[in-house]
Parts: sequence; C-alpha cells; structure tokens
Amino acid sequence: MTDTNSELIAADQPEQKPPSKFWSASGRFFVVFLVVGLIALLAWGLVQASKTPLEEGMAPDFTLTSFDGRTYTLSELRGQVVIINFWASWCPPCREEAAYLESTWRKYKDQGVIFIGVDYADAEKPALAYMDEFDITYFNGPDLGTRISQKYNIKGVPETYYVAKDGSLRGNHIGPLSAPELDNRIDELLNEPYTK
Amino acid sequence: MIPDIGLIALVIAFGLSIYATLMAINGEWSKKAHWVASARNATVAVFALLTISVLTVVYSLYVMDFSQTYVADVSSTAMSPFLRITALWGGQQGSVLFWAWMMAGFVAVVVLRKWESNAALMPYIIFVAMLTTTFFVGVVVFITNPFTEMWLVPGAEDLVIAIFQPANSQQFIPYEGSGLNPLLRHFGMIGHPPTTYLGFTGFVIPFAFAIAALMKKDTMSDLWIRSVRRWTLVAWIFLSIGLILGGRWAYDVLGWGGFWGWDPVENAMLMPWLTGTAFLHSVMMTEKRGMLKRWNILLIILTYSLSLFGTFITRTGVVGSVHAFSKTALGPAFLVFISITFVGAMVLLMYRWNDLKSEHEMESIFSREAAFVLQNMLFLAITVAVLWGTVFPLITELFTDTKITVGPPYFKQVTGPMFIALVLLMGITPLLAWRKQSTRKFLARFAIPLTGAIAATLVWAVFNPKSQPISLFSMGVVFFVTISILAEFWRGTRIRMTTRGENPFTALFKLVVNNRRRFGGYIIHLGVVMIALGFIGDAFFKTETQGTLSMGETITIGEYSLRFDGLESYLGSDGREIVEANTVLFKNGQPIKDLSPRRDYFVVQEQPVSIAGVYSTPAEDVYVLLVGWETVSNQSSTFKIYVNPLINWVWIGGFVLAFGVLIGAWSQARGKVEATYSLKNQQGEGLGALPAAQTSTGD
Amino acid sequence: MFKNKFWILLLAATFAALFLTAKVYAQDPAPTSAPIKAVSDNDVNLVAKKLYCPVCPNTPLDVCETQACKDWRAQIKDQLSQGWTEQAVMEYFVKQYGERVLAEPERGGFTSLVWMLPVLFVGLGLVFVWLVLKSWRSRRLSLAAIQPAPVPAGVSKDILDRIESEICKVD
Repeated sequence: MTDTNSELIAADQPEQKPPSKFWSASGRFFVVFLVVGLIALLAWGLVQASKTPLEEGMAPDFTLTSFDGRTYTLSELRGQVVIINFWASWCPPCREEAAYLESTWRKYKDQGVIFIGVDYADAEKPALAYMDEFDITYFNGPDLGTRISQKYNIKGVPETYYVAKDGSLRGNHIGPLSAPELDNRIDELLNEPYTK
Repeated sequence: MIPDIGLIALVIAFGLSIYATLMAINGEWSKKAHWVASARNATVAVFALLTISVLTVVYSLYVMDFSQTYVADVSSTAMSPFLRITALWGGQQGSVLFWAWMMAGFVAVVVLRKWESNAALMPYIIFVAMLTTTFFVGVVVFITNPFTEMWLVPGAEDLVIAIFQPANSQQFIPYEGSGLNPLLRHFGMIGHPPTTYLGFTGFVIPFAFAIAALMKKDTMSDLWIRSVRRWTLVAWIFLSIGLILGGRWAYDVLGWGGFWGWDPVENAMLMPWLTGTAFLHSVMMTEKRGMLKRWNILLIILTYSLSLFGTFITRTGVVGSVHAFSKTALGPAFLVFISITFVGAMVLLMYRWNDLKSEHEMESIFSREAAFVLQNMLFLAITVAVLWGTVFPLITELFTDTKITVGPPYFKQVTGPMFIALVLLMGITPLLAWRKQSTRKFLARFAIPLTGAIAATLVWAVFNPKSQPISLFSMGVVFFVTISILAEFWRGTRIRMTTRGENPFTALFKLVVNNRRRFGGYIIHLGVVMIALGFIGDAFFKTETQGTLSMGETITIGEYSLRFDGLESYLGSDGREIVEANTVLFKNGQPIKDLSPRRDYFVVQEQPVSIAGVYSTPAEDVYVLLVGWETVSNQSSTFKIYVNPLINWVWIGGFVLAFGVLIGAWSQARGKVEATYSLKNQQGEGLGALPAAQTSTGD
Repeated sequence: MFKNKFWILLLAATFAALFLTAKVYAQDPAPTSAPIKAVSDNDVNLVAKKLYCPVCPNTPLDVCETQACKDWRAQIKDQLSQGWTEQAVMEYFVKQYGERVLAEPERGGFTSLVWMLPVLFVGLGLVFVWLVLKSWRSRRLSLAAIQPAPVPAGVSKDILDRIESEICKVD
C-alpha cells in the first residue's frame, strides 16, 4: 500500500522538509545532556549503593545531644578513645550486647575512654525504657534525621565504631559485641601514644 | 555430575552465541549466505543448550542437591516440590539464567519461523538479538553463576563460594537450605516472574527488527512493522498479565489492602508497558497512513531500553525497594550494557533520520491521526513523570545530601489526570475518522455515549453521595468509554442484522470474527476500562477501619460488621507458626461469611506473613487483617478491615484483555483485511493478491 | 476552524479540571485541632498513612508490621492524645528521622522540582504536538490529487462493486 501511494505522492508533491525543531542543534545537545546525565546519575547511585560501613580514615565529625540534654562533638574529644555504638530499642541483637557495653563503660570510664551511644531511628519512650532496663549510664542520644548513621554508612544495628585518640577511625564491628573483644580493642587504642 | 553438565552447556552456549553474533554480521557484510545460515543454526543450538542448563538447575532443585549454593539458598526440605521448581527464578542467579533462556527461545522461534519472508533482515536480526543474548549469558557465566558450590578453606572465616575447588579446601554440603523467602511462596510466584520476563524479553524481537531495518537501510518499506505486530502484541500481553499478576500477588500476601504501591520496581515494569502500548498504537498509524515512522522506532528503542532498565533497577538496589533482589556485582555490567544499547540505537536512528520521512500528511486536526499523536504524547508524559519520580530520590541525595521518598501521593496526583485523559481519548478516538472527521457526524455519534455517561454518573452519585468531583468525573469517563465501545459492537451487529438478515448472536459473532483486529482491539479496550475501574475504586472509594475486639465484640464499617469469635495457634506446613482468628462477617446485620484472617510466622527466616480473610464480590472486597493479639490471654485481637470497591474488575479486566489479544492477534486469512484498498494486479479470484512484499499480515 | 478550537478548548478544560480537582483531592480533610483524649486506631492510621517507615524499604507506616513501626504508631497515638496536630506530628517525625519519612515530597525547596517537571513536560508536550500537527496539516494532501489506481483490464463489474462495498466496510 505504502509503496503505491508513495509513487503517487512523489509525483504530486514537491520535496518539502519541515523545519524539524526537535532535531536542531540545541535540541540535540539537550537530549545528549539528559541521557548522559541519567547514566551518570545511575552510575553514582550504584556507587552509593555499594558503600560499606566505614572502617578507616578520619572519623566523620558530628554533634550529638543526649536524652538528658548534654552535648558532645566528636572532634572535641581528641586525646580520648571514643567508642561509637549504634543501637535501637526495637533491635533484638542490640539487647545481647547491652549489658556488656555498660559494664565495659564502667570499667574504663576514668581511663580516658568515652562511650557514645547513637540511638538510630527510635521512638523516645521505648528508647528510654531500654536504657532503664539495662541501667545504661553512658552518653546516649537520638540520631536526629539519621544524619550520623548516614555518615558512617551503617547497614543495620548494632554496629560499633572504634575511634583512636587522634580522631582516626580504626575499624568497626558489625553485630553484637561479646567479651573480651571490646576490652581488647580499647586496651590497644589506649596504649597508643598521643601528642597534641 | 548433573550440575556439571549444566555448567558445560552454559559455557558452550556462551561461546556459540558469540559465534552466532559475529557470523551473522560477517556473513551479511561479506555476502556469504552459508555463514549466516551457520549463525542461524548456532542460534537454535544456544537455545537448546540453555534449555539443558535450565533443566539441570531444576533437577538440582527438585532433588534438593544442597551441594549447589543456589539450591541451598532458595530451597529447603520444608518446601513442596512444586515450589522448589519455581525457585528456579527465586534468586538472582537462577532468574538471570531464566531470562537468558527465554530470550534465546524467542530468538530461536523468530529465526525458525520467519526465515522465508524476512530473508533480507534476518542476518541483522540475529546479530542484534544474539548480541543481547550473549550479554545475558555472559552475565550468568561470569557474574551470577548458579553452579557455584561451597568450600571450607582452612584459615578463612567464611565459606568460599566458587565453581572450581580452591586449593586445600573441602566441599561443604549443608543439611538444610535457607528456603525461599516466605513472601515468594504463593501462586503468584508461579505466574508473575515468568510472564513478566516473557514480556520484557519478548520486546527484544521488535527491537531487533527495528535495528535491523535501520542497519539495512530498509526503512522505506514498512515490512518490518507488519512482521512484528504480532510479536509486539505477544510481548505486550505477557507484560500486562505480569503486571496484573504482580498486583494480585501483592494484594494477597503483603497485607496492605492494595495492589499497586508505586514502588520503584513496580514503576520499572510499568514504564516499558507504557511506551510499549504507545508503540502498539503508533505502529497502527504507520501501517495505515505511513506516518510516525521515526517516532515508532524511537518508541521501540525506548521500550526495550526501559525493560533493560527495569531489570537493572530491580537487581541492583540503586533505588531502595521492597522487591529488590540481594545486591550483586551486576550493576556496572548492566549499566554499561544498557547505555551502549540505548545510545547505539539512538545514534543509528539519528544517522538514518532523513530516510524515514512520513508519507501521508494529515488534513485536519480533528481526525484520528491527531488523537493518536495526542495519545502517544500522553503515554510518554506519564513515562517521564514515573521515571522522574523514581530517580528523583537519587538526584536529591546527590545535590542536597538528604534522602527523600517519592511515594504514591506524588504518582497518583501527577499521573492520575493523564491516565484519565488517556481513557477518555480511548472512548473518543473510535468516533473519529482517519484524515478528517466531519463535525456533524461526530456530534451525532458523540451524543449517545455522552448522555449515557452523564445519566449513569448521576445515578452513581445518588448511590455514593459523598463522592468528590474528581471521582465522579472519572466514573463518568469510564461510563462514556464503555458505552462508546459497546456502541461500536451494536452498530456493527445491527448493520449485519439488517443487511444480511442474521440473528443478533450470529451477527455479533461474525462481526467479530470477520474483523478480528478491530474488534479484538475494542475488547482489549474494554479490558483496560475495567482495570481503570478497579484503580478508580482503589483511589477514591476505599474505606478502612481498625480496632481491638474482645471475644464476641463487633466492629463496623459501612454496611459491614465483623464479630471476633476466638483465636487459635497451631503449626503449619513449611515450618510456620500460625495464629488464626475466627471471625464472622455481617452485612446489614445478616451473617454472610466466616473469615479466618491469620498471621503466619516462618521461624527459620524470622519472617511474618499476613494472610487476610477476604469476602469478594464484583462490587467490592471486604479485606480483613489480623494485626495484633493479646499473647497471654488470647482474649482480644486487633483487626484492620479494608472495604475495596470495584477491585475485582482489575482481575476480570485482565482476563478480558487476554481474550481481546487472542482475538486481535489471530491472523486474518491472507489478502483479506490488509489488502482491500490497494489494487496492484489481479491473481485468481476475488480481490486479488498483492505482490509478495506486501502480503505479509504480520504473523 | 471550529474543530481546532474545539479540540484545544476540550483538552485545556479537561486538563485544567483534572489538575485542579486532583490537587483539591490531595488535601485531606483538615484534622481536628481540638485536643482529644481518646484516640482511635483510625486516627493514628490517618497520620501514619502519610509517613513511611524510617528503616524499612518503601513501606508506609500504617501497614508496616515490624516492632519498630508498632512503637512509632504507639508514639503517634500518644502525641495525638496529648493534643498534637497532625502537622506537629509530621514535623516531629521529619526532625527525628529525616525527610524520607514523608510519603509525599514537600512542595517547597529542592523537592519542588519533582512536582514541576511533569507539569512542564506536559505543557511542552502539548505545544510540541500542536506544532507537529500544524506542520502536517500545512502539507495537506488533497484527495483529488491522487490518481485512482488504474483498473486492470478484464475486471468484471460485480467484482468492482464487491470491492467498493468491502472498502466501505473497512474503517
């Protein structure tokens, strides 16, 4: 059908190319920009998705306000060993390590070690009840906007991060901690010399 | 032993598909027909080998050979044999193999069936299709191989997963497998992935044809379009059924009372369906009027790229989703492949841009052509909106370092009006003639559906007094389109009755049978309207309530009430602990059904699954969930009840859709419908056959 | 002329109507601001519907079944029974868990882009369609200019008649 008619049309109509707006130079550039942009975006997304919890480099700085109103800023804690523990009241494995964390805190609290508990995506009442239940006395605060956990790329809770006296990150522990691992790591980090 | 056979077959298939790809293009460029023939044979061999590979995996699953990592991951002794077999596509490795197998199958069928009528395009088609198959088989061989086994290496903390035994290691064979995610143990698992994959992979054929036509410079003849029409329909209906089955599955097991969540993976499936539907229609424009040639090719490139993109999103977790497979190293490989495919195809199209001029021009904006163009634009607009909403969280994270969610409210508000406009267009377009529609005739034919729709809407409003204006408008559109389509059936039947004296049933039957393409299309549209009706019910007329009941208490919603009669717990099959509530549903005070909503807890996977108690009628579903209970006394339970009006029309519409496709795709006898309005020469009796190049009716 | 205007008006009216009423629909009935002591599950769900679970992937807060979500719904219930408005509850959630708990992106700020682009695209699309259709129409093919295909010799009249009637039946 089309062949027949095209013969007829060719005879009747002068060759006319309508001004193809879409395919003008700027149109082409725009389309290329969009396509390249989309591919770049997806590539970036892939990189983001494959990020694992941080293990080295300088520990990302943050400020945390605790449930009882105190504030800590990580960068101001140089000279002390900092143990950052991400937890939540709805997380069963967190309960396994809660008592161990608290007892280790009490053992090291006067030796230049700071424990910071970051409460990830939790409701206040259950969080306070959890802290009551395990008689937790170290510094704990809610991760507002989940910003701190995003900085550390946590994949779940519980996760513990070790920060040395000079503010550098020395690895992490995914999942609940059990004795004597935390003690050992703290001893290692405490033995490091530190000069201002 | 058996898995080894599967692995060997897989690797040979990979080698052969590379061979087929290269030989096809080489044979064409060097004009060596026997090379192309060899490529064709290799194509069929690839499919045969992949079949062997797939069968070995199925066998391993069936006999629970836990030495295979894949089998240990997705099956367990608690699963029935039937479910174990469907676990073939339950994990990443098996499902990519499944995908590759299907794709190879499609190519093999094309190559075996269409050799005669498409000889010129065949080498290029083999090249494009086998290039894609090579990629997928390559991914299976090198990245997500289902034939890996587990090894204990001294000194290593975790098991080593590898195909070949590492030095000094021992094989590890677990006693039990992890089993399929409990949410996947549903009949939807049998239907949804295969049909969806068939849909996605099916689009490789029209894509290959289009690229082949571009490469061959065969663009003036629209042969390729006629040839692929039926393929496109097949891919489209499978994708449509896949979407509907996915919705049904979500409705049954997710316990949300809904069937479409605008989740990124769902959107990823929707986008190729949208452009694929647009393609189906614009193909009609090219066939009938020689128009929109460039647009056609653009659409099929988009559709195919979007279906690859869909599987990319699903398998890589780039955008967070409830559906996603566990992440693997697939991401970069897929991204590169999709980019090359899309960009390469677009460059080719641009290169041939000037060879694809439209033949017929349009005479009046008030015509079917204009309606088609508008419809295509709307489909594309919806696709853009969905794509934008799906990737926007990534963009936000990139530029503002904040994570956001783009959820259903966005998609509903943005795409809703466009979908309604599309449905409306679906009802108006049959009233428009090609080229130019006379206003007078239009108004005459428009009047009946319009008045019918207004009347029906008013009746609806009376029975649903609290409806918002937008919902009434939507219902009105649905009524309008239904009447408009039924009127077409009516008119045709009545003409046959008066001109041929047939009775109504024979007239209707023959009308449809003699105009299968057209009336198949109308039936498909009726199916679409029914599905639209289900979505409208879900969007505007849904109600819900939640409350805690002690024994014997009742909760009310609308004309329904539910009485809680007791709770029982017991152990079920598959290693689950079940808590089940006995309830009675009342309508207007009369008991109508006993419902048993329950919560299954799969102990090994620590996964709860809610099974609702449902009372279904064409008018609505009453969907009851057990959301909480008193663990100590079992005396009170919390229930959530959804009343989902019109929801069953989605499933009914799905059947109508499939029926319509069967009718529409059923080939008319050669030389009948397609050839009536162009006489070239006369051969034999009747209307005469056209020259060979034009008689293909697209099977 | 009438036909073109008809189309444009019909389309414009339809789109305007749909967009405006869709937005109206989007704003749910205003929540009661008077402090209510008794808060039903339905009240909680009305608010939870607009939020997403902060830790589960893409799961609305009213249907999520994890312990964490139950705690959050309990928290919402608490807050509502103390007289918090829905707005206040949602703001609290955003402050605590970040913007991703909102099911619907905010209309202001960076996320306004997500709303604007589709509207822009549809607008541009309509313009583009209009231009394309116009350019087609300006190259109109008049029916008279097409020569009818020459009738092959030897075709009988009734075959011609049958052809005519079959042509009429198509389309």
